[in-house]
Amino acid sequence: MLKIRNLHSGYGNLRILKGVSLHVNPGEIVTIIGGNGSGKSTLLQTVAGMIPVEEGEVLFKGRSIGGETPEKIVAAGCSLVPEGRMIFNAMSVRENLILGAYTRFRSDRSGDVASDLEAVYGMFPRLRERENQLGGTLSGGEQQMLAIGRALMARPKLMMLDEPSMGLAPIIVKLIFEEVRKLRDAGNTILLVEQNARAALRIADRGYVIETGQMVLEGTSEELLNNNDVQRAYLGKDYKSISE
Amino acid sequence: MNMKKYTPVFCLIGAAVIFQIITSVLNREFYLTQLTMSAYYCLVILGLTVLMGYAGQISLGHAAFFAMGGYTTAVLTTWNLAAAQEGTLARLVVQLGLSTASTNAYGVEIRHISPWVSLLVALAITVAVAFLIGIPILKLKGHYLAMATLGFGIIVYRIVLGSRIFGEADGISDLPPFRLFGPLYVSGDPALRVQNFYIAAFLVVLAVVLLQNLIDSRMGRALRSIHGSEEAANAMGVNTARYKLHVFVLSAVFACIAGVFLTHFNGGVGPSEADVMKSVTYVAIVAVGGMANLWGALAMGMALNYLSLRGYFGSYDEFVFGGILIVIMLFFPDGLLKKENMRSLTEAAIRMKNKIWKRKNELS
Repeated sequence: MLKIRNLHSGYGNLRILKGVSLHVNPGEIVTIIGGNGSGKSTLLQTVAGMIPVEEGEVLFKGRSIGGETPEKIVAAGCSLVPEGRMIFNAMSVRENLILGAYTRFRSDRSGDVASDLEAVYGMFPRLRERENQLGGTLSGGEQQMLAIGRALMARPKLMMLDEPSMGLAPIIVKLIFEEVRKLRDAGNTILLVEQNARAALRIADRGYVIETGQMVLEGTSEELLNNNDVQRAYLGKDYKSISE
Repeated sequence: MNMKKYTPVFCLIGAAVIFQIITSVLNREFYLTQLTMSAYYCLVILGLTVLMGYAGQISLGHAAFFAMGGYTTAVLTTWNLAAAQEGTLARLVVQLGLSTASTNAYGVEIRHISPWVSLLVALAITVAVAFLIGIPILKLKGHYLAMATLGFGIIVYRIVLGSRIFGEADGISDLPPFRLFGPLYVSGDPALRVQNFYIAAFLVVLAVVLLQNLIDSRMGRALRSIHGSEEAANAMGVNTARYKLHVFVLSAVFACIAGVFLTHFNGGVGPSEADVMKSVTYVAIVAVGGMANLWGALAMGMALNYLSLRGYFGSYDEFVFGGILIVIMLFFPDGLLKKENMRSLTEAAIRMKNKIWKRKNELS
């Protein structure tokens, strides 16, 4: 589905990604874990076309999308749920969702948008309750649901989630990750970036560990959960408890 | 057609008719002159409301686009073709049927370029300039965008103030009337006050209907998403750069049309129309109107322009609009005429009423 080879990018003179390679197969959840400033969000934003590619290539369904504009990439079927949710505060929940279908609107004017809206409401009933409320008045968890629903409205082939657990209560994180897992079970492909490594690895099929702009580890979720370095660095266990 | 959506439009038309009838019955038709001028200024304000309130892009240079419309038509239609008959260009204009004849203030028959042609030329110039200016400066945000548009406004102001062709500080006067079709003329002739009022009101209604539909459309949602967060709008696949440019050009076109019509109505144009203070006035009115509120902007545009044109603010005119802007930015940075503000105002009024009642009861 997605294949990235030797990707370099950054902001101005500051190079954040220094040769990242990864791949995502259809129908799996792949997670990228790493600490603050390791380049997780930069990676997703580069794939989404919001930061220019400096070197390397990004292949989406076999087609190079490196250097394309964000709208072309969304239209090709690769949607980003941005970090911090970025809900449109002054627009209602419903308008936020319809905006998600923005790129499709021109191609199909049939009632499909309405049925997709229903599907999102079915997935997150809370959004239906708050349909006419302004996005800015929702709780953090509801906003995250809205952000995911909004991305789904574009009918993505690949959905990229940037830190969906940020600032949310553990019970809400659980609920949202459960929905992400259900999305995968329904055949969607998901690239999940998280600081909450444990929660992410629990639902993911495979994972990558990124440190200072480079991939340092790759494996199935199980392997990573049992890896000593990962346990120490991201799962909060110290050497003593590992060696025991 | 959704009738409910157009109820305010019918109210607006009704209000215009009632105003006209009242002034005519009371033999006070001269009030219509300022109302007509206010209506043309409202065209600028409506366009700016969509740019500022909905798309979130400030412009402190819209007086420049207004002046472009006004000066283009002024220069073209005051060019006396009869006197320049010898020139090849003038002959070409006449042969192509782009000219029209009218009598000037001294009763002399003159031949000049048709205002319809000058309107089209003005629109072409404005669209071209708005595109050329918009592409680089709309990459800027917030204060930087305000500064860049301000700079553009100042440049245009200095050009019209310093160029012989634009009449320098005197501006250009003695414009011929703009014959729309049949007996309809845009001109300052006191005998044509009523029809000019309706022409201006018609343009405002047209603009409101057009912009209201634009805001409710897919493009409107995209614009509002840009206002919310450009980055998130991008992530949704909205081509933010293109939409910002398009709405900038659209608002410039509104200003240009207003400039052409008002210049023909006034019979002249002066450099004060391009003044930066004019742009500030427009921004101030959009802000009092509630930023993202077409009707609020229209109501405030009519009221404040009317008061200003009737001279109620006297020499404090600039003070009033500058003051309005400061107060709004301090206390209502999202605009004054808004549902939330209205609610808190009514609540405050109710509290006040209750307090007075209590005081009365205590006294008795």
